[in-house]
Amino acid sequence: MVSFTVNGRPYEVDVPDDTPLLWALREALHLTGTKFGCGISQCGACTVHVNGAPVRSCRFAVSRAQGAELTTIEGLSFDGTHPVQLAWVEEQVPQCGYCQSGQIMAAAALLAEDPEPSDEAIDAAMSGNICRCGTYVAIRRAIHRAAEIQVQMRSSDDAGGGDR
Amino acid sequence: MSDPTVDTGQDTSPESETISGNNGLSRRTFVKLAAVAGVGLTLGVTYRVVRGPGQPATDAAFAPNAFLRIDTDGSITVVVGKSEMGQGVSTSLPMLLAEELGVPLERVAFEFAPAHAAYGVAMGLQVTGGSTSIVESWVPLREAGAAARLMLREAAARTWSIPATDIEMRDAMAHHPNGSTLDYGELAAAAAEVEVPKDVPLKDPADFRLIGTPQMRLDVAVKTTGEAVFGIDAGPSDARIAMVARCPVFGGSLRSFDPAPALAVPGVDEVVELSNGVAVVANGYWPAKQGCDTLVVEWDEGEGSALNDAEITRRFESAIQAGGGLAEQHGDADAALAAASDPIRATYSVPYLAHATMEPMNCTALVEDGRCTIWAPTQWQNGPSLLAGGARQVAGDMSGVGADDTVVHTTFLGGGFGRRAETDYVAEAAELASLVDGAVKVLWSREHDMQHDFYRPASHHEFTASLDDEGKPAAWRHEMASQSIMERLMPGWLPNFVRDRTVMRNGVDPTAVEGASNQPYHVPNFVMSAATVELPIPVGFWRSVGHTHTGFVVESFIDELAHAAGKDPYQYRRDLLGEHPRHLAVLDAAAKAASWGSDLPEGRARGIAVVESFGSYVAEVAEISLEDGRPRVHKVWCAVDCGVIVNPAIVRAQMESGIIYGLTAALYGRISIEGGRAVQSNFDDYRMVRMSEAPEIEVLLVPSGDGPGGIGEPGVPPIAPAVTNALFALEGRRVRDLPIQSA
Repeated sequence: MVSFTVNGRPYEVDVPDDTPLLWALREALHLTGTKFGCGISQCGACTVHVNGAPVRSCRFAVSRAQGAELTTIEGLSFDGTHPVQLAWVEEQVPQCGYCQSGQIMAAAALLAEDPEPSDEAIDAAMSGNICRCGTYVAIRRAIHRAAEIQVQMRSSDDAGGGDR
Repeated sequence: MSDPTVDTGQDTSPESETISGNNGLSRRTFVKLAAVAGVGLTLGVTYRVVRGPGQPATDAAFAPNAFLRIDTDGSITVVVGKSEMGQGVSTSLPMLLAEELGVPLERVAFEFAPAHAAYGVAMGLQVTGGSTSIVESWVPLREAGAAARLMLREAAARTWSIPATDIEMRDAMAHHPNGSTLDYGELAAAAAEVEVPKDVPLKDPADFRLIGTPQMRLDVAVKTTGEAVFGIDAGPSDARIAMVARCPVFGGSLRSFDPAPALAVPGVDEVVELSNGVAVVANGYWPAKQGCDTLVVEWDEGEGSALNDAEITRRFESAIQAGGGLAEQHGDADAALAAASDPIRATYSVPYLAHATMEPMNCTALVEDGRCTIWAPTQWQNGPSLLAGGARQVAGDMSGVGADDTVVHTTFLGGGFGRRAETDYVAEAAELASLVDGAVKVLWSREHDMQHDFYRPASHHEFTASLDDEGKPAAWRHEMASQSIMERLMPGWLPNFVRDRTVMRNGVDPTAVEGASNQPYHVPNFVMSAATVELPIPVGFWRSVGHTHTGFVVESFIDELAHAAGKDPYQYRRDLLGEHPRHLAVLDAAAKAASWGSDLPEGRARGIAVVESFGSYVAEVAEISLEDGRPRVHKVWCAVDCGVIVNPAIVRAQMESGIIYGLTAALYGRISIEGGRAVQSNFDDYRMVRMSEAPEIEVLLVPSGDGPGGIGEPGVPPIAPAVTNALFALEGRRVRDLPIQSA
């Protein structure tokens, strides 16, 4: 039995300890937004956040998530309004879309660490995520756009706070 | 999940003989004795309108044809008969219909069509491939929208008792001259009473409001929230998971197996023999995989086990020597070459390639009460049964219930690229579901997906050419050898004389020589032959099919001739493309955008290539440097003429997509054959271009006013030769074998 928090809700999951977190999320919790691509941490389709850090859930034993706070694509925002999601729509990034949950989670983790990432930082953070449709050019554009949206959101939050 | 008290060591599993419905073969099914109580691992997907498999148009207030439903609540649904695998059909096809219907795209929802002849072309063939979706839908979907608009207008005319011609139809509303309006939803019920018009005039393209504009994709929002339902996510929530062990050697078969080790894995509850291997059925992916990995199977590897890359090359070489079938000739190339003093010779080869869709192959099936239901990310839903048949026919056959009692739900496809035009994964799921209780999802591991593909055929090419006094090609001989894709799809009962006079003319597979037998450069004496070699390696349609290799070899060899003639490769092409204005236009556009011929920074060079495929013309210029002895592509200029542009944003995205896909193959793509099996198995040894290697891409849309061409594939072929031609320009190294090796 493993206990953790996913998208703000506590769960207890009864699966063998060596089960990859990916399958616990998809099959036990029915959170199917996180995708299976390779099973060996090579493609990033299964990227989720464990205590805020991007993790390839296909090679992350569920037992290692004991007590952790997890975020999946379903909980990145509850209405699709995370800056990365907004930028992904603005820039029309997805094609087949299968890798995009992982791409978005990786990009969100990058922006949390580095609010204005350079192209080199984007290369470093995103090269673990394969897109077979080749949306890399659009992803790069969208990450820069998400950084702008994030700044705008924060400044409007600050302005809102000042009014109260 | 599984009960730890289950005694799995002894495995007293009963062996039950079951007979599968259609083929009469005996199948052994091994069931774990103790039932697993309280299964905790299940898959759950709640379908939401527009986000899952479609339903036939039956219950809506107004459904004038198979493609459109309008309901009294104002909802407008376009039924998309093509598979969405990233190429944008779930947006571009609704755009065609919405244009003529007179509704903004935001008002339109879409859903995927069932497997039904209404969504097919000839003989009910419902398939998404060959970059044909817009080509095939261009007229029918606009007519569907235009007919519905006329019916809605007539309904408004009857409501208002005014002439229909006085009513303007736009923004999903009928507009009365007095300013009052009726929404399409309000007119739906009355429109259903109007006779479907026979002659439907279509808009003058000058009046298009949607077509030609960069509309937002209808599938993007759900693809940023995790809500989009792919095959891996679809089906009943209680479906069990199965993984299938298949013979690793192509052409081999099952000899025997011991299910006990697999059944000993907690969570595994059945091991079932299939036509194609052995299925391990479990309550989740992890136990299914562990069960499959521990399964002890003895395969009859067959004759294929001696096959390797060197032997395949030998077969190709000897087939060329023996002489292939004639694909094309004009003038007398043999005589011209015999008379030439110093002909130019070059030999090219390309390897097998896996599709490597991001979503591994999978299919979910349920067989009960004489009906088979499948949920599949498939490019081929339906018939015709004269050929091998689509998913519906295959699932009907393999489950034993027949196609008439089989229903296909098409999901989003996590990539297709031609792999999902095959139905092997559907066959497995339908057969397995007919042998076990309840729904079952057959999921492939990445390793299975890569090692049991239908690969882009490897091929071997020998060129001989001579130049005239001006350096232009006087004669051109191209001899190639490869396996045939089409041969496999020909029904066995088709007499040879029919086969040879239709699809396999002179024994030549048209998908092997496309782009080479009709290469566009002016050559007075030309001959091309192609030899078909039979090998057990499965081969299939790989994004841009024959053009993947013909684009590379033709555009490389013409570059060799340009250099042999001492000419600029761009100008040399120009001079030989006089009869092909569309090639010329994109070639010029790409060269101009790239400032072809301008000075470059030290260590950089450019290459150019132009290829027509699937009715569209694409020229690409690649600018590269060397990094650790390998080409580093900095920028690609891509000019495309696809005739009609439905959605320029999608056309641009598809060009970018094709360039990355083709670049991955040029730099890294190779499936090696050793011991009759595929060597590479996952993304660690079958490399992909990643973010850090992705070049800047500039796409130029070149309008031609011609009829619509494809966009899903034509971006792929020019990139490999553009890069290798740049490499020659940079360091004088001519790459004649893909993938590009380090210097």
